[in-house]
Amino acid sequence: MPQEYRLILKHADQTGYTPDIECYLRHGGYEALRKALATTSRELPDGKKQSPQEVIRDEVLKSGLRGRGGAGFSCGLKWSFVDRRSGKPIYLICNADESEPGTFKDRQILHKDPHQLIEGMIISCWANDVKLAYIYVRGEFPQAARIINQALKEARAKGFLGKNILGTGVDLEIHLHRGAGAYICGEETGLIESLEGKRPYPRIKPPYFPAVLGLYMCPTIVNNVETLCAVRHIVSMGAGEYAKLGTVNNTGTRIISLSGDVKRPGYYEVEVGKATLGELIHHENFGQGLRPGRSIRAIIPGGSSSKVLKAGERFKLKRKGADGQMTTVEVDLLDLPYDFDSLQAAGTMSGSGAIIVLDDTRNPVDVLANVSEFYAHESCGQCTPCREGALWMSKALHRLTHGEGRKSDADYLLHIAQNIQGRTICAFGEAAAWPTLSFVKKFKAEFEARGAADEAHPGKPPASH
Amino acid sequence: MSATVTAENKPAPPPVERIKVKVDGREIEVPKTTPDWQGKPQATTMLQACAHAGVDVPHYCYHHKLPVAGNCRMCLVEFGTPVMDPATKKPALNEDGSPKIARSVLPYEPGTPRGAIACATPISPGMELYPGSPATAQMREAVLESLLINHPLDCTICDQAGECKLQEYSVEHGQAASRFVETKVHKPKAVDLGPRIVLDDERCILCTRCIRFTKDIVNDDALGIINRGSYNTIAAAPGRQFDNNYTLNTVDLCPVGALTSKDFRFKMRVWFLKETKSVCPGCATGCNIIIGSRENVIQRLEPRENDAVNGPWMCDSGRLDYKWVGASNRLKEVLVGGKPSTWQTALSEIGSRLVTAAPGSVAIVGSARLSTEELFLLKQLARKFDAITDVVEHLGEADRLLVHAEKAPNYSGARITGLAYTEAGINLPRIRAGIETGSIKSLVVVGEDLVAAGFSSDLLGRLSLLVVSDIVPTPTTSIAHYVLPGCAYAEKRGTFINAKGRVQKFMKAVEPPGTARPEWEFLHELVHQVTGGNGYSTIEGLFNLLARELAPLAGLEWSRLGDTGVTVTL
Repeated sequence: MPQEYRLILKHADQTGYTPDIECYLRHGGYEALRKALATTSRELPDGKKQSPQEVIRDEVLKSGLRGRGGAGFSCGLKWSFVDRRSGKPIYLICNADESEPGTFKDRQILHKDPHQLIEGMIISCWANDVKLAYIYVRGEFPQAARIINQALKEARAKGFLGKNILGTGVDLEIHLHRGAGAYICGEETGLIESLEGKRPYPRIKPPYFPAVLGLYMCPTIVNNVETLCAVRHIVSMGAGEYAKLGTVNNTGTRIISLSGDVKRPGYYEVEVGKATLGELIHHENFGQGLRPGRSIRAIIPGGSSSKVLKAGERFKLKRKGADGQMTTVEVDLLDLPYDFDSLQAAGTMSGSGAIIVLDDTRNPVDVLANVSEFYAHESCGQCTPCREGALWMSKALHRLTHGEGRKSDADYLLHIAQNIQGRTICAFGEAAAWPTLSFVKKFKAEFEARGAADEAHPGKPPASH
Repeated sequence: MSATVTAENKPAPPPVERIKVKVDGREIEVPKTTPDWQGKPQATTMLQACAHAGVDVPHYCYHHKLPVAGNCRMCLVEFGTPVMDPATKKPALNEDGSPKIARSVLPYEPGTPRGAIACATPISPGMELYPGSPATAQMREAVLESLLINHPLDCTICDQAGECKLQEYSVEHGQAASRFVETKVHKPKAVDLGPRIVLDDERCILCTRCIRFTKDIVNDDALGIINRGSYNTIAAAPGRQFDNNYTLNTVDLCPVGALTSKDFRFKMRVWFLKETKSVCPGCATGCNIIIGSRENVIQRLEPRENDAVNGPWMCDSGRLDYKWVGASNRLKEVLVGGKPSTWQTALSEIGSRLVTAAPGSVAIVGSARLSTEELFLLKQLARKFDAITDVVEHLGEADRLLVHAEKAPNYSGARITGLAYTEAGINLPRIRAGIETGSIKSLVVVGEDLVAAGFSSDLLGRLSLLVVSDIVPTPTTSIAHYVLPGCAYAEKRGTFINAKGRVQKFMKAVEPPGTARPEWEFLHELVHQVTGGNGYSTIEGLFNLLARELAPLAGLEWSRLGDTGVTVTL
């Protein structure tokens, strides 16, 4: 039976659990840090010696942990890219700019269990020789910022932060920085620019890969809140135990934000891949299904920028059978295991783990107009295709939803979106283009019908924009 | 003995490793590294490799002397990289033995080609670039379409018309019709950005060249972008004017008609301008310039790129300091005793009076605004009469970028020719004293107002012969026995030698007013007349002669100076 597996959110919602350090310590807090700091160097079978920090980094790599921010990239690999020979300081930044529409998981941690994040950060910083780290909190999270600042103060007072942490000679300072309210600050190089006090224009890569030329042109690690919390558990449990959670190549737990047309929207921590999309929507442990008489029209599976999935779609997945042979199975949309690889195989992504359910009362034209308006508003405007294309799509969709549509607008929208994806400085181009590409392609009849209806009734007063 | 150091005999830099790439199927070998905007070697980019192959990659935001921004996306180019055989770790081969190439595609949509921005993407051995492919053409077309949807398309009244990259690339890479049926974004028009610059935000394509220039070149972080997305707008920092001494370079840098010069806007369609290569006479830096003129009137000055002097920049004060050339008060005729006369009369009278002068009774004051050829002729005149000589010093403020403290273009020429001894002006007190004591009776002044330089009119009145050449009336010309109307730099040819020893020629853009003549012409006649010797009546011959006679210029010839000059050791 699919059910929650609460690892990161184990205590968060327990009665009486408070965000202060005393409560955290009573629940075994900072034990993982002590364990990490007590790590001894080890000799590998090939005779090479690993320093205690390398041991931790190796554990994180072996745990299979994939970034929880959206891209799902291996955390251990990301750490391995860090330029450790530059002679420059290495920075770590916690990306707490949770802004992807439909996503509300990091704020649970920030609000309810801030010390877990701080502990995860201290371990990660120590493992990467980081002496100065930042938590970049989205501007719209003022309460989270106050809670984290208070927690940082407590951690400092208890000797978990600052000079000579727990008498081990390790130094680390963590500062909190609040954004000013822009989605693009969640893009890691935009975040770095913002942290440097500049306009959050994402950097071109090459040459500005954060692992080499990040904050202040120094090697920098940017990790999501949930990812850093997972590090704490990997150290605590050991990589082997952690990797037993979830499924092959999709290890550990994930906090899923479920919203839209379900009876019980909310956040659910599950072992990655152990529940299907259908289970997350319908099962009594999760969304508990749709309202009476409604049926699913579409699912946005990984935050508003992920490509929409249409009810009834079937996908071919490769699976390893018991005999070790790879077989291809065809599954219905609702039978897709909710993990990184399955959603990618379905042509979309699990992104930030935000599932938005759209029932049959929702018109895809209106939904896309809403999503598109968001991306037009949040495009930073640095590079041409996104700056001009995002607003162009939004204006066309506004027309289409305000009685001035054309049947040809469907192809018009596809044309605009195709000229954005893959041509921009950062992945915002994809974020802006993918909803349009997927909605229009999968619901082309609806878009053309809306435009055709407008053309059949000309003379309506023009909608103002 | 030659002290000449030229670009040709500088020590050669260490050889740069070369790598092979293909551009549209043609294999070329290019240096692995190329100097970046600051001159530091960096991995050669796709754009630079294409340039080696003679292929222009269109671009807006990229500028070779600015940090790379990569924002316009106009230089997207489809490319391919050699496939490595995972087993052998060697390049995989096709059946015909050629290396297997993986064309760039979108990682999430393997059927769709992916471009890389040529301005910032380094090349690697065996890489194939496809600037001529249909996919590259489609990417360019799409970027142009995006740039134009909110553009006002007001070319008919735009100053940039004729030198606009939007126009040029639209012809080369754009499409004839627009699909756009929405309302355009409207932004501020005719924004007063500073004392010399007007901004039309609707024309702006947000390439940020102006922002990067003023921040990274001028060190004045005066410009930025406000608002978001399609509403992005260039603006000066709150409460600030964009008013440093280099603002007009942003007008040159602006690839479109967004930034215009208050001095030049609405004055002239640029295709009517005659372009003349010249050198700014404003200070001893000697920035290379282009004089834009039409029908004998200078319309604008623009910097001309010369890495040995000014790069692609010039200061605003130099750029705007041209109106005196066409001023209405210019001296237009020869005056003898205050009355209009002819060159022949004046020169023969001056010649015969000088020839009879007692040895040591003649002094000559030239100007660092004169060409090297003119200073050389004055020195020849001085040698004949054993005259004491000097030029007047004009000092002012310098800055860290281009502006030199010496406010005339040819102090080095004055020193090399010997008209000035070391520091300009150190002989002037002796000349003054000589006039006072009566030992100096004849004074030839070319290009300076001695009254402004501390010689009183009364003192100058004691001279038995005062010959003054200038281009405008001054207190000194008003008391001269002979007034010879000269030429502005833009009305003649010659060379200036800048503070670092760069010998640079300047060419004639416009005709002088009235009967004014280039100084070197009438000085040559005078020298010929008083010395009896023959000389060269062309500027080329004159330069080659002085190059033979002046040690620091040994080996130089006019024809070898090129457009950007040669550096000599001073």
